Amino acid sequence: MTRQEQTFFNEMLTGSDVRAAYESLQRWQADMPSELRTLKQHEAEELFRRVGITFAVYGEGGDPERLIPFDMFPRVFTADEWRKLDRGIRQRAAALNAFIADVYDRREIIKAGRIPEHLVTRNEAFEKAVVGMRPPRNVWSHIVGIDLVRTGRDQFYVLEDNCRTPSGVSYMLQNREIMMRMFPQLFHENRIAPVDGYASALKRTLASVAPQKCDGEPNVVILTPGQFNSAYYEHSFLADLMGVDLVEGQDLFVEGDFVWMKTTEGPRKVDVIYRRIDDAFLDPLCFRPDSMLGVPGLMNVYRSGGVAICSAPGAGVADDKAVYTFVPEMVRFYLGEAPILENVPTWQCAKADDCKYVQENLSELVVKEVHGSGGYGMLVGPKADKAQIEAFRAKIAERPENYIAQPTLALSTVPTFVDEGVAPRHVDLRPYCLVGEKIELVPGGLTRVALKEGSLVVNSSQGGGVKDTWVLAE
Amino acid sequence: MRLSVRHVTRYVFEAPVKRLIQSHRLWPSEHGGQRILSWQVDTGAANAGAGFRDGAGDWTQTVSMKGPVTEFAITVSGVVETEDLSGVLRGYREQVPASAYLTSTRATAPTVELRTLAADALDGLDGASTLDRAHALARAVRDAIAYAGGRTEPATTAAEALEGGQGVCQDQTHVLIALAHIADIPARYVTGYLFATEDSVGAEASHAWAELFVGGLGWVGFDAANGCCPDARYIRLGSGFDASDGAPIRGVVEGAATETLEVSVAVTQGGQQQVQQ
Repeated sequence: MTRQEQTFFNEMLTGSDVRAAYESLQRWQADMPSELRTLKQHEAEELFRRVGITFAVYGEGGDPERLIPFDMFPRVFTADEWRKLDRGIRQRAAALNAFIADVYDRREIIKAGRIPEHLVTRNEAFEKAVVGMRPPRNVWSHIVGIDLVRTGRDQFYVLEDNCRTPSGVSYMLQNREIMMRMFPQLFHENRIAPVDGYASALKRTLASVAPQKCDGEPNVVILTPGQFNSAYYEHSFLADLMGVDLVEGQDLFVEGDFVWMKTTEGPRKVDVIYRRIDDAFLDPLCFRPDSMLGVPGLMNVYRSGGVAICSAPGAGVADDKAVYTFVPEMVRFYLGEAPILENVPTWQCAKADDCKYVQENLSELVVKEVHGSGGYGMLVGPKADKAQIEAFRAKIAERPENYIAQPTLALSTVPTFVDEGVAPRHVDLRPYCLVGEKIELVPGGLTRVALKEGSLVVNSSQGGGVKDTWVLAE
Repeated sequence: MRLSVRHVTRYVFEAPVKRLIQSHRLWPSEHGGQRILSWQVDTGAANAGAGFRDGAGDWTQTVSMKGPVTEFAITVSGVVETEDLSGVLRGYREQVPASAYLTSTRATAPTVELRTLAADALDGLDGASTLDRAHALARAVRDAIAYAGGRTEPATTAAEALEGGQGVCQDQTHVLIALAHIADIPARYVTGYLFATEDSVGAEASHAWAELFVGGLGWVGFDAANGCCPDARYIRLGSGFDASDGAPIRGVVEGAATETLEVSVAVTQGGQQQVQQ
């Protein structure tokens, strides 16, 4: 099937009929005079600029001062659609956590032959320093970002899992905030599940994993690399919403069995650290000795039970693209359940047969680096020219284990404002699942949209924008 | 053999530092080849805490000291009863899977030259046991890197040491780890003490050697500097991927400082078992 013949699932329309969930939005956009639309678009941009939310999502790099385009046309899920996603996401988050706990403990899944040992222990995200560790409640990934795409009415695929510190949730919250401010009547006409419970759910989750040595109300902080980090806005936004301190490494120090925060009233013990810095930079006495961002001695306190770190160091072992293939297996192995969400079929170039297939079908496939992110270092076969394909062929031949390939997915479309009016554009979805004492999921997530006609790449660094994501109440 | 150790590390700062913090792995663990009769780590007025045994079996602990600090000393002393097990680490409790030690670091990253050295060393040993192959690699390191102080630096990599053809036990150990990885044998960096005899080398300060994982036997020590496997003269302290990861002392100070480091190690035979209060 060539790309031209491919049909894409349109989330608003069946043929020319508007689905019930989109009826009021269809009227809303049809009744909106174009001057008003332009005005509102400017107003939205102004609001985003004023709150200072300009960073690139998902650590994609790019110009941190650039505003990510906001598309005012919301994306809608019905209560029915969301129910299945909700169950699938929670299931996956639980299985991923069980996997991480297992690989740093008894490694049962490896012993059972369900995943090759080298994919785990030779994974660059595998941290020897936490082997044998049991963090509070045995939770390792406290905020799981699961990237989903839709290809049909009931067809959802997981593109990737993010078990470390998935970013972008501030967009989910601000997109809603701004839509409610600009179009309050839409929120009267539709029964839209709120997302503003996210901050309190996050705080509850973080507090629930305070270490045993903590007595009383846990002191939770967010550890940021600092204001030059592209996601700094999100760090300070979440700290504000949760009412917790935003700190940098230099604001904390280790003394005895605990981590302390410098305050004007003297040192205050820290119990839970929601860190937004990578493992390698957390503690120069354990990881990179040249790190200036971390807290010297932090890992010893962590390992001896004096502080909780969210996500747990080493959690990344579950979210690389080679391990991804085995997540459905994790669901079966740890939960004894059938996976609710499907993986995208994936060819591992590390396997000779897979590699051969990939090399023979490069023009049809999407090829990704195992450790890559942000849509860089990626080949979209059907969109690539001959030279690009040949360049990738050589790269794969040189380091096959560094690449995986997937079919080009027919990503669903959602109506989107374009110069000529409204047109379908491809989207994905990142919900944020919270794992602590309980597993909690706010109904919604971040929808990214490929604004260029025909484009399947939703990354903001490659012309992607964001949308408000609605889940309709029952 | 009963060995007594006295290991003093002294930091003198030209200008006082605001604060000092270190992570210590200075406690030997018991295993078939060593029994700890007494062991003390004295850090004076420093504040110790956050102690735990890590997955590799090493006791780890933090010490910190509020400034102004102009001088800081760590005195390690103890008595250990050792036994010659031909380098085999027997009865040792650890949780890190051996395959995790196939991971290379900056210091042990393979290069074409290291691959060539490994291939030459293993020439004709295709069907040989892992133990024989490990011995061959250790011999190759001894032949390729002559023991010489002052020719390399703490940051010297295995590749650089091989190019220079000279180095200290740290360099020889890094090269052996790199060769083992190339041969698909898990390998790690081990720190400890060596009771020096007339012909032994590398024991002026703390010693270092490699452990290679041999199926059936487990971890086996190889001291390329001395062309042997650790015996009753060796006390094993701790391990890591490389010298930096396995360092018994890792620390930082607040406030830029020029520091002078003095290290003295004395390992003697015999010694009274000290009674700890």
